[in-house]
Amino acid sequence: MAAIESALLQTGRLDTLARQDTAVHRIDPRAKVITTACFVLLVVSFDKYTVAAMIPFLVYPLALLTVGRVPPGFVLTRLALVSPFAVVIGVFNPLIDHEPMVRLGPVVITGGWLSFASILLRFLLTLSAALLLIATTGFNRVCLALERFRVPPVFVVQLLLLYRYLFVLAREAARVLRAYRLRAIRSRGVSLRVYGSLVGSLLLRTLDRGQRVYTAMGCRGFNGILHPSIPLRFRTVDAAFVFGWCAFFIVARLYPLPQHLGHAVLEFLS
Amino acid sequence: MHMADALISPAVGGAAWAGAAGLAAWSARKVRLEMDDRKAPLMGVLGAFVFSAQMINFAIPATGSSGHLGGGLLLAILLGPHAAFLTITSVLLVQALFFADGGLLALGCNVLNLGLFPCFIAYPLIYRPIAGTGLARGRVMAGALLGAVVALLMGAFAVVLETTASGISDLPFSSFLLFMLPIHLAIGIVEGLVTATVVLFVYQARPELAVAGQGSTGSGRAVAVALLLAAVITGGLLSWFASGNPDGLEWSIARTADTEELAAPGEGVHALSAHIQEKTVLMPDYAFGDASPEESAGVVRTGTTVAGLVGVGLTLLVAGTLALVFRPRRMSRGASA
Repeated sequence: MAAIESALLQTGRLDTLARQDTAVHRIDPRAKVITTACFVLLVVSFDKYTVAAMIPFLVYPLALLTVGRVPPGFVLTRLALVSPFAVVIGVFNPLIDHEPMVRLGPVVITGGWLSFASILLRFLLTLSAALLLIATTGFNRVCLALERFRVPPVFVVQLLLLYRYLFVLAREAARVLRAYRLRAIRSRGVSLRVYGSLVGSLLLRTLDRGQRVYTAMGCRGFNGILHPSIPLRFRTVDAAFVFGWCAFFIVARLYPLPQHLGHAVLEFLS
Repeated sequence: MHMADALISPAVGGAAWAGAAGLAAWSARKVRLEMDDRKAPLMGVLGAFVFSAQMINFAIPATGSSGHLGGGLLLAILLGPHAAFLTITSVLLVQALFFADGGLLALGCNVLNLGLFPCFIAYPLIYRPIAGTGLARGRVMAGALLGAVVALLMGAFAVVLETTASGISDLPFSSFLLFMLPIHLAIGIVEGLVTATVVLFVYQARPELAVAGQGSTGSGRAVAVALLLAAVITGGLLSWFASGNPDGLEWSIARTADTEELAAPGEGVHALSAHIQEKTVLMPDYAFGDASPEESAGVVRTGTTVAGLVGVGLTLLVAGTLALVFRPRRMSRGASA
C-alpha cells in the first residue's frame, strides 16, 4: 500500500515538474518527441563495445535537466528503481566474453566488461531521455503531439483517459488493499483465494465508472473525437531545437568526439 | 518482462516498432468500424484498472514470494482483441514514459511481446475455443491457464529472439532460452489462474458481461493470415538487417580508421577494431555455425536470413500445432465467431 501511495506521489511529482514554465517547457511537444526519438535511435545504434564515443550524448539529458529545472536526484532514483532487466542480462557479458580489448598498462579490460559498461550507459541515456521528455512536456501535451502525428484518435482518447483515471483507480486499489491488510495482518500478499473477488470487485466498479464516464461525456457532446483546447504552434525556435540537437547527435554518432579531444589535448601538450 | 532499450539494436527496435504500429493502426480501424464510441472511455478506464490491479500483489502458494497480474489476456477477454491490443499498447507507453520500464525504442518490442501474443494468438486461438461463450468454470479456467501460458512463453521466446538478434548481450540463444522459458512457464500458470478467478468472479456477478464481450472478435482466418505475413516479414527482414548492421559498423570503423590520429596508438585501437569486426560480422549465435571468416557479407546475410526464417517457421509451427490441437473442441461446440 505504501508502495502504491509513493508511486502515485512520484507520478504526481512528474506532473508538477511538467507544469513549470522554462525555455524547455515552452518548446513545442512535437519538437521534443522528434528529438527524443532521434536521440534514442542514435544511442542504440552504437556498436556494442562503444563507451567513450557515447559520452557526448550525456549533454542532452544534462541540458534538459538544468534548463528544465528537474532535480537530478529525482531522475536518478527513478532509474534506480526501474526493473533492472537490462542490467541483469548485461551482467552475463563479462562472464562470457573474455577477449582482451583494451590495455591500460598492466590492466587488461575484456570485451565483456566493455560491452557491459556500454549497456549501463545505454540504459542511463535512453531511460533518462524518456523521463525527461515527460518531466519537461507533460503527458497531455505528448498525447497532443501524437494526435498531430496522425495517431488514430481512438488510441489518443483512451490514452488520455487512461492517464486521467490512473490516479483515481490507484487510490481505490489502495483503499481496497488497506481494508484487506487490516483484516489479514500477517500475509505478505493477498491470498489467491480472495484475489479473484478483491480484484474482481475493483473491476466491476471500474466498468461502472467507465459507463458513467461515457454517459457524462455523451451529455457534453462526445462523439469519439477530442477537441483539445491547448493551441500548438511550431515556431522557429522549435525547428531550431530539433535541427540543432539532431545535428549534434549525428556528429557525435559519426565522430568519436572524446577521442578527438584527447588527441588534440595530447598534441597540444607535446 | 520488459525488453530494454539498452539491449536492442536499431534494426530490431525499428522493425518491431513498424510491426507494432501497423497492428495498432489496423486495430484502431477495427475498433472504429465497430461504431461504438463507448469503447474508448471503457478502454481508458480498463487500462487504468490494469495499472491499479498490478499494484495489488498476491501471495504465490508454497513459495513465500508474491506476484502481480500482467493483464494482457484479461483485457482481451473483456474488450476483444483489437481494443485490448490498443489498451495494452497505451499501458506500455505510460510505463515506458513514467516508470522508465523498457524505453521508447523497445516499446515496439514490448507491444509485440506482451500485446500481440495474448490478444491475437492466446485469446482467439486458445481461450475462445476452449472457454466458449458459456460460463462453465472448468472451461474458463482451462482456457485462461493455457492461453496465459502460451502467451507468456511466446513472449519470452520473442524477448530472447530480439536480444540475440540485436547482439548487444553475449548470452547465447539456447542458454538464454533455457533461462527464460521455465520462469515464464511458472509466471504463465499463475497469470492464468489469476485471470480465470477474476473473470469467473465478474461473470458470476454480472453474467451479461460475458455475452457483451463476445461481439467484438475479428475473424480468425484474417488474423492468422495477417500474423503469418507479419511474422515472415519481420523474421526475414529483421535478420537481414540484423546482419546488415555490422556492414554499417565496418563502414563507420573504416571511416574512423582512415583518420590519421586513430591509427597512431598502435596495437590498441587497431587490434580493437579488428576484434570488433571479427565479432560482429559473423554473429555466431544467429547465423549458421560453419560460416568461415573469409565469407563475403552477402553469404553471411543469406545464412542469417535463413536462420531467422527457420525461427519464424518454428514459432508458427508451435502456434499452429496448438491451434490444431484445440480445434476439434471448437468444432464440436460450433462456437466460432
